Amino acid sequence: MDAKPHEFDRVIHERVRLGIVSALAANESLTFNELKKALDSTDGNLSVHARKLEDAGYIACTKTFEGRVPKTTYRLTGAGRRALQKYLDHMEALIHAMRAR
Amino acid sequence: MRSLRPQNETMADDRAGRESTLTGMHDHAMADLRFIRGTMERAGAFTAVPGWGGMAMGATALAAAAIASRQATSDAWLFTWLVEAAIAACIGGVTMARKARREQEQLWAGPGRKFAMAFLPALATGAVLTAALWQAGAMSLLPALWLLLYGTAVVAGGAFSVRIVPVLGACFWGFGAAALLAPGWKDAWLAAGFGAVHLVFGFLIARRHGG
Repeated sequence: MDAKPHEFDRVIHERVRLGIVSALAANESLTFNELKKALDSTDGNLSVHARKLEDAGYIACTKTFEGRVPKTTYRLTGAGRRALQKYLDHMEALIHAMRAR
Repeated sequence: MRSLRPQNETMADDRAGRESTLTGMHDHAMADLRFIRGTMERAGAFTAVPGWGGMAMGATALAAAAIASRQATSDAWLFTWLVEAAIAACIGGVTMARKARREQEQLWAGPGRKFAMAFLPALATGAVLTAALWQAGAMSLLPALWLLLYGTAVVAGGAFSVRIVPVLGACFWGFGAAALLAPGWKDAWLAAGFGAVHLVFGFLIARRHGG
């Protein structure tokens, strides 16, 4: 199989967004701060990429308050899980294709 | 403008270019898979804490408390609890390994390794201090020491597990602190801590977190 770059899911292909989706695939949900720590990212960078994933319907965001402190929690949606699976399948296919050459 | 280079040379260049692109894509795919695996390991929680195993440990602790309370000497009392510790460790180890295998989780990699590295030092400290207190003849402090250090181990390991696990550790710790205030009730504290707390939380973990 010849995998072509244009077949990659552009939403998930970016490194920080791929990290967010991967981290959420390993957990039921993660708070903004937990994600920030896991990805070693900045507030601004994480916010921007999380918003893009939210807009694509790959993650869902819940905002609550713990006392007076706002708490943002993210979880992976069904569409996000399927997108990650498809991306992984694509990567594996690419590696197999190269090994078969 | 037509190229003056021979046709076979141009085709060779094209082939080399395609090979280079494919090699780049292969390397990128490998790097992506490594990144995904690393991120999942860093962010993942250790979920193989055994609920049913915890309940079995609780049951054996209640039996040990009943047996230990009937011992005539403090050495026999200590021996009873050491046997119970060995039995509980076997139950915990086997049920954790089974749950990890069922959930396709590795015990000595990623979150499992972090859990172990956080969990084991407090237990090792407990073993050393048990020997020291036995030699010093201060065995009345052992129940509090065991509960406090086991609680510390579970809280520390629980930082890499599901949220109920650190709460479980805090309960052991609480009973350990209480045991310091009334050391005479040694088997009652151990029955409440290692017995009842394991039974209750084991049931909750089993129901909510897959066995």
